Order: sequence, then C-alpha cells, then structure tokens
Amino acid sequence: MTEKLSNDDKSNSSPSGRLGGVILSDKTIARIELLKSRFPEGKKKSALLTILHEVQDENNDWLSVEAMDKVAEVLGILPIEVYEVVSFYSMYNQKPVGKYVFEFCRTSCCVTRGAEDLMDYTCKKLGVEMGEVTADGLFQVKGVECLGACGYAPMLQLGDFYQEFLTPEKMDALIEDCKAGKIQKLSAV
Amino acid sequence: MGKKILLEHINVPGIETYEVYRKTGGYASVEKALKMTPTEIVEEVKKSGLRGRGGAGFPTGMKWSFIGKNNPTHHLVCNADESEPGTFKDRYLMEKLPHLLIEGMITSSIALEAHLSYIYIRGEYMWVYRILERAINEAYANGWLGKNIKGSGFDLDLHVTCGAGAYICGEETALIESLEGKRGNPRIKPPFPAVVGLYGNPTVVNNVETIMDVPWIVMNGGEEFAKIGIGKSTGTKLISASGNIKKPGVYEIELNVPVEEFVMSDEYCGGMQTDRPLKACVPGGSSVPILPAELLFKTAKGEQRLMTYESMSDGGFATGSMIGSGGFIVYDDRQCIVRNTWNFSRFYHHESCGQCSPCREGTGWLEKVTWRLEHGFGREEDIDLLWDIQRKIEGNTICPLGDAAAWPVAAAIRHFRHEFEYHVRFPEKVKDRKHFEYEPWEKVKYLMAKQEAMAV
Repeated sequence: MTEKLSNDDKSNSSPSGRLGGVILSDKTIARIELLKSRFPEGKKKSALLTILHEVQDENNDWLSVEAMDKVAEVLGILPIEVYEVVSFYSMYNQKPVGKYVFEFCRTSCCVTRGAEDLMDYTCKKLGVEMGEVTADGLFQVKGVECLGACGYAPMLQLGDFYQEFLTPEKMDALIEDCKAGKIQKLSAV
Repeated sequence: MGKKILLEHINVPGIETYEVYRKTGGYASVEKALKMTPTEIVEEVKKSGLRGRGGAGFPTGMKWSFIGKNNPTHHLVCNADESEPGTFKDRYLMEKLPHLLIEGMITSSIALEAHLSYIYIRGEYMWVYRILERAINEAYANGWLGKNIKGSGFDLDLHVTCGAGAYICGEETALIESLEGKRGNPRIKPPFPAVVGLYGNPTVVNNVETIMDVPWIVMNGGEEFAKIGIGKSTGTKLISASGNIKKPGVYEIELNVPVEEFVMSDEYCGGMQTDRPLKACVPGGSSVPILPAELLFKTAKGEQRLMTYESMSDGGFATGSMIGSGGFIVYDDRQCIVRNTWNFSRFYHHESCGQCSPCREGTGWLEKVTWRLEHGFGREEDIDLLWDIQRKIEGNTICPLGDAAAWPVAAAIRHFRHEFEYHVRFPEKVKDRKHFEYEPWEKVKYLMAKQEAMAV
C-alpha cells in the first residue's frame, strides 16, 4: 500500500493526513466521511466503532494514543470518549501486535473438535506461549471467545477472514503462506 | 424434507447477487407491503405467531405493536451481533442471502413506519459486513432504498454498521448504546427501546432470522406461516448444529421435528461423530441449561421431545432446557462437563460488561472455582459454593447476561454433580485434560462407588 506513510517520516505528511504518530491516507479520510454520512446530524459519534476499525487497519493493527486523538478530532468528540470505547471492545489493540495474529476460537464447540490441541501445536511450532509475538514480529497466537463458526471447527481468525476446519497440516500450510506473503488480511471495501 | 422458508433458494447459483435474487421473486414483498397499511402488515405478523429468533422467543408482532406512537421518528435495528456460543446461523444467512435481509428490513420498516434503519453486525464478521455494504448499494441503485421507493412516497435509509468484539452488544439496549458509538453497557429497563431507543426514539430491535421471515409472511399471509409447526411454535427455525456430530452445519427445520430425528437422521446431524455415545447436549446456545442424554430425546414424563419452544422447555429448568437461539451443541462421552462449565464460565467472565457487581464479580468467581475443580485443586465444598454464587447472580443484574452465566453452572451441577465430586475426590485422575477420552465416566464411576462403600 503505497499511500501509507511511515510512522517516523514526517517529511511526507499531507495537510489532510497524519498528526503525531498516526497514518491516515486520503482514501481512509474519504472512507471516514462516507461512514459519517450514514448517521444523522449531531449523531456522528455513531460511526466511531467502524472508523476505529479502518484506522487500526491502516496503522499496523493497533491504535496509538495519537491515532485515538485523531479519531476524536475527526468526529468532534473528546479523546476520552474514544479511549473508553477502545478499552471496552476486544478487537481494538492498544499496543503493537504480530503481523499475523492467529486468533483461535477457544470456546466449547471448537474445543469439542480439538481447538486446544491445535493451539498447543501452533504454539509449539512457532516456539511461543499464548499471547506472545515471535521474535521476528511475524506471528502471534491468541485464544479468543466464540467467533460464530462452531460448525466449522476448529478455526481461527486471521485479519478479516476465517480459516476453518483446521488440521495440523493446514496450519503448517497457513504458516508457510504467511511467511511467503500470500495471505490477504483485509477484505476489499 | 421439511418446508423451507429461508433456505428455499439457497442452492441457486449467484443467489447472493441482486440480479439472481430478484429473478427468484426477491423484493416482491416490498412491492406488496407498499400497497398495504402498516397496521395490516403488523396484523399479518401477529397472526403468523412468529417469535423472536435471537433467543428469547418473544412474539414479534406484539413487540412491533409496542412501538411508541407519540414520537413519529421510529427506527428498526437488525441485531446481527450473533455471538452466543454454538450459534452461527445468521452469518450463514447473511453471507448467502444478503438481499433477503435487506428485503426484510424494508418490509419491516414499512410496517414500523421507520425511515432510518440499521443493521448492526459483529466486528469479527468483517467480510460479511462488506457483503452487506455492497448489497445495500445494489438495493439503492435499483430504487429499493432512498427517497420515494418505487414511487410510493415512502422513504427509507438503511445502513450497516459494525461492532468490535463484545458479546454483550447482542443485548438490545447494549446494542443501541454501541450503535451510538459508546461502550456496550446495557440500559436499565423500563423504558423499553420501543419507547426510548436509538437516539431516544422508539426503536425495534430484531434478530436477522426474524427479519428474514417477514417477506414470506407478507407474501403468503400470517395464517400460512402459522400452519407450519405445532401450537405456539410456528414456522421454521434455523438450527446451528455443532459438537460431536457427523454433519455440523446450519439446518432449517419445521418447529415440530423430534430431537432424536434431528440428531440421528441423515437429513440433519447424521448421528454421532464417532462410535462414542452421546453424553449431553446444549440445545439453544451456551446460556441455556445443559441436558443429559437421558433427558434429550424424551422428557421427564417419557414423552418424545420435539424441537419446539414448549417441548424443549418441558419440565422447566429441573428437567428441561430452552430452544434459545438454536445453537445445538452435542457432546459425546470424551467431553468433561466440569471442563465445559469452566469454559463457559470463562466466556461469561470475559464478556461481562462490568456494570453490575453480581455479574462482574460473580462470573469471575465462577471461572476461578470451576477452574480449580477442573484442574484437580477443588474442594468438596466448592460444589455448594458454585451453586451459591450462581444463585446470587441470577435475577440480580440489569441485563440477562448474569442469568446466562448462572444457568449453565446450575444445570451442570443439577445433572452432573457426580462428575464434580469425581474431580474433587480423584484429583490425580483429572490432571490431564483428556481424562474422559481415555477413561470415560462410565468406566470410572465404580471408583466413586467403591470409595463410598468404604466410607460406610
């Protein structure tokens, strides 16, 4: 994504773009305006959750304080109104995460079909504990609550997509595909 | 083969696109509804006996008739925050039939005189959010949404918006808070959303499946819908089947299929996954009481149990359960009930919004005590302690999440107390999480009997 600006490259900031350590491409800014237009005048805060997803996607999958402040500014609300939302919902990350986060469903239905074994297998293969990021920053394994794919267990979420009916062999292939950069994380707008 | 209302056209190639959907008769209910009065549509839905498919089973027509008439600005919100463990039917519906949801939203909005409606989908279903976004754009482009729909003078704006990973947002007032861009803390009721809802306006919140049933009811009449099923369980219902069965997946059933047929027949679950016997079943999503095998196919009175609201709850919580959201989870004898109860308790602890003390603290205690029982650190009195904790949560919270956390624990102790006792008395035996896979309860229960005989 060439329109992305790097975090420390201040020379390249456009007036409509980032402040502090946040990247907001013109495309995202246009998208934010579209999302805001879906709510009545005076109720634009309703777009907050969706906007935070877009901003997080563009900022290495996490939300810095600068990113949250920027969102507050864009919506004309107080920064605290953004912080309290970010801290409530489990999909927003307040610190950096691995490039490929394997979010395994660990709830009952997946467990009956071997989710725990698969999580153990994956952690062992990558040499990490649950929640840890690999030394190269590429992978992270997390256990999350029910993702609504109980009939297609065991499964995990990677970016916007689900990987279902997993086996150790499929897990190996998935890891290789990630390493080769063959995995698409975001769904097309 | 039972009657199919929602999945009738599911196998038509390209049904997710506007063109194909329209060719199969899509959007006809909007044309019809635009010629009817809102009251007429509400009456048809009342006659149909349709009950909310999200879990509570409240009659939809009645819910609609509560909408506040003093404030002319109404909203319809579709609850697509499907996150009850065991439930995945709404995702399937929205992925395959996005236009049916939009059609249902338009038809229902006409009935409710709502001119601004929303679909709130859980954040994890991001790719489904994109599908709906594209489908809504198609609907706008073809004149089904916007100003003066098909020259009728009726205006409707419909948008999709998403959450970000919070089970609690499936509770209707929490969903409204979240839709307003806030933390998903449920509101105190009353006032109910039908009076004070989204942006303070009268609002109806309905499940995806409920809304998708409306087009068929408008086209065929409420009475036709009520002919399917038995008694107050009318129409069809989608069941999400998972766990240790041969064919996990989403099935549309008429609300009169025997549970035994549902589990064992090839038309549905196809029997057990392996030769290991059925041990227990959670028939309506994680919140409803677990049923042991002997109470699943037959009620305590010895009658055949059916997949209906009434039959599933026959016997109350003592010997029955609920059909709930239709999240049907089957466990074979490899599964440990104590481990499963710990798993559910962890889920509710994680998902409690933290607003009410009994739930915030109580779910934490449930998780801790079930954890120590499962991992071989339990004490005999822990079982009564669990019972005491769940009893103090139930009914003492603003929203039903507290009840939902309490019920599975209560039911597990009610029906499987012996397994909890086994965990306390034979801690070395349960240290391996697969202990029942190697030595199922039937094989180890003699140990308990032996110990008790020695004590006498």
